[in-house]
Amino acid sequence: MSARRAVESGVPELDPYLHPLLKKNYGAWKWHDRPRPGVLHHVAMSGDEVWTVRAGTQRQLDVHTVRALCDIGDRYADGYLRFTSRSNVEFMVASESQVAPLIEALGKKGFPVGGTGNSISMISHTQGWLHCDIPATDASGVVKALMDELHEEFIHERLPNKLRISSSCCEINCGGQADIAVNIQHTKPPKINHDLVGNVCERPTVVARCPVAAIRPALVNGKPSLEIDERKCMCCGACYAPCPPMLINDPENSKIAIWVGGKHSNARSKPSFHKLVVSNLPNNPPRWPEVSAAVKKIVHAYKDDAHDWERLGEWIDRIGWARFFELTGLPFTKFHIDNWRGGRGSLNASAHLRF
Amino acid sequence: MTDTKKMPKTPMLDQLESGPWPSFVTGLKRLAKDESKPYAPMMKDLLGQLEHSYETRKGYWKGGTVGVVGYGGGVIPRFSEVAEKFPASAEFHTLRIMPAAGMHYTTEVLRKMCDVWEEYGSGLIALHGQSGDIMFQGCSTKNVQPAFDAFNDMGFDMGGAGPALRTSMSCVGHARCEHSCYDEPRAHRRVINEFLDEMHRPAMPYKFKFKFSGCPNDCTNAIQRADMAVIGMWRDDMKVDQKEVKAFVAERGRSYVIDNVITRCPTHSLRLADDDTLKVDNRNCVRCMHCINVMTKALHPGDDRGVTLLLGGKRTLKIGDLMGTVIVPFLPMKTDDDYEQLVDIGRRVMEFFADNALEHERTGEMIDRIGFANFMEGVGLPLDPNMVTHPRTNPYVRMDEWDAAVEAYRESRKTNGAHNKGGQS
Repeated sequence: MSARRAVESGVPELDPYLHPLLKKNYGAWKWHDRPRPGVLHHVAMSGDEVWTVRAGTQRQLDVHTVRALCDIGDRYADGYLRFTSRSNVEFMVASESQVAPLIEALGKKGFPVGGTGNSISMISHTQGWLHCDIPATDASGVVKALMDELHEEFIHERLPNKLRISSSCCEINCGGQADIAVNIQHTKPPKINHDLVGNVCERPTVVARCPVAAIRPALVNGKPSLEIDERKCMCCGACYAPCPPMLINDPENSKIAIWVGGKHSNARSKPSFHKLVVSNLPNNPPRWPEVSAAVKKIVHAYKDDAHDWERLGEWIDRIGWARFFELTGLPFTKFHIDNWRGGRGSLNASAHLRF
Repeated sequence: MTDTKKMPKTPMLDQLESGPWPSFVTGLKRLAKDESKPYAPMMKDLLGQLEHSYETRKGYWKGGTVGVVGYGGGVIPRFSEVAEKFPASAEFHTLRIMPAAGMHYTTEVLRKMCDVWEEYGSGLIALHGQSGDIMFQGCSTKNVQPAFDAFNDMGFDMGGAGPALRTSMSCVGHARCEHSCYDEPRAHRRVINEFLDEMHRPAMPYKFKFKFSGCPNDCTNAIQRADMAVIGMWRDDMKVDQKEVKAFVAERGRSYVIDNVITRCPTHSLRLADDDTLKVDNRNCVRCMHCINVMTKALHPGDDRGVTLLLGGKRTLKIGDLMGTVIVPFLPMKTDDDYEQLVDIGRRVMEFFADNALEHERTGEMIDRIGFANFMEGVGLPLDPNMVTHPRTNPYVRMDEWDAAVEAYRESRKTNGAHNKGGQS
């Protein structure tokens, strides 16, 4: 086979792919508003206006779906489209009269229009069982099941502020920080396949990966392998990626945890990390009903009680964690306490209390 | 003639076809049923393996080594551990391909990508991966090179994987956002394309990510996800159109403005005057964006625009989640030289990282281990009080070089001070 050397062209030029109206007003926008959920209206210094229609997609797109989006783009949006970081598709048009037909066409093809303003946008997520080498669950399935349940909050803008959700199939948390994060939480140390470790794993690398130094080289049944101090192991799964025989994924004991209050914007408060609120929900395909129920409970409490513009974490900052656990009916346990020396900063060193 | 492979039974996955949200399962099945296409058997077995995962609640992919000529990364190799049951999807690699900044496409280029992926791949494309790549998922080992050649001929290049500079992401920014404080697509392309060698021939201790957000709303989640977060910033007064302020107050009412704008300012820098105009204490404004987000017609970032750089953001492994922290409070971003200065700081930080980080250590973890002040001295960036939430609270430190440090600070204020005086009004 005659392979040719790559043209190391890097990030392509933007110009050929940019809608002409965006190109014309590049860097010269004046203001925007949202005429309805799923539609953005931007006005340029030049007086030009552009309407953007945003719709949700399944992210893992078959070519037929991509072509269906292209058909809509060709027919209604001058042959251009873009994607948001949360896998929503956006079509830009130059007149308000083009908006309704575009929305109708997206609706007919099953793409929900929404995800703007104070809504739940598409869940940022990972690959899961479909493609990842270390997943304990399937991101796409969890996301599909959750978005079916939260669909009404995608197509409306009726929450106090935007609500961003992520989902991750291991504790690395590739889905990222979010108002609500749905992440795998392993609850048992890895089971080691001692027959394979010696041949498959670079043992010093595996030892070095462990955050709590719980792994050490060992001779097991006469073979070079590794052993785990199970009193130290906190079941993070860091050893599994460099050493697949460290079997961390377990159909029963790899559970799902929910974290809340992450925020990446600097608006009002500084960016914040999400915090644990629920754990040990079963990893229950194909629709993970226990996860959906817990997420909806949190969304409803936030929707009912937060003030305008409060993100989920800011709402909790105002009402306090005692009230959060009361309003959501979720139990507070010893596992919610960050129980290491550096975690002291999360304890309440004051007489500020709520009753 | 060969018999047509049967569709696998997928009772669990079938339950993900109902409901209002678009179903990836329906898409996978469409591909599996494309009998005239080379990928139909592969997608049937992929569905079979995925159903098997749903039944057993386990994943069945392992990594390996697959690549294209001249590059050491960018392909995510996937070999099935259950290939004896699902032989057609035994190899199911991903090609990471970098889109244009801001993820803009013509329908023409997307259709061409679909054609290529029908010929060489599975017909399954993720738009986009968490790093911002187009993820062409599902390719046999032998088709990786011709698929890449076809994308490369279209003007697209491989993204990053492994211990390397990673594919970057930028917000929509200049293309369609009035908050945009610099030309994000330009900075994105300029910086990444300078360091392609670090992307395509992985030789760093671990991954290194840049992300570009045009304002502190940080729509690319740069502070939490990127080693180097490039955040749009302005240092003069924000712009207030008092006529539009009055119109906003007239439309929404004073209590709305007081409850949702004035009292939401984190530093109490806003005041609604008796004549319904807005008074701004720009010296104490921290550029959080809230009031600008609410009153998009009346309020805008100032004219003296540039970026703030934060370093060290990452997700959980190994020492827990870290946010990026400020290493450069303000860098103007107007002239060609300004963009070159951004490239230069990127280079210095990446070189320091390459020389000093341990294997599998991210920048944030490296700084945690060696200390922020030592890192700043190593890359030669001046310190600024904007870099801390507060000064140290414990006295256990050796301070016999205090006088020299004071001198160094005074020197740096003489040369860099102009950058750090934001918000003079």
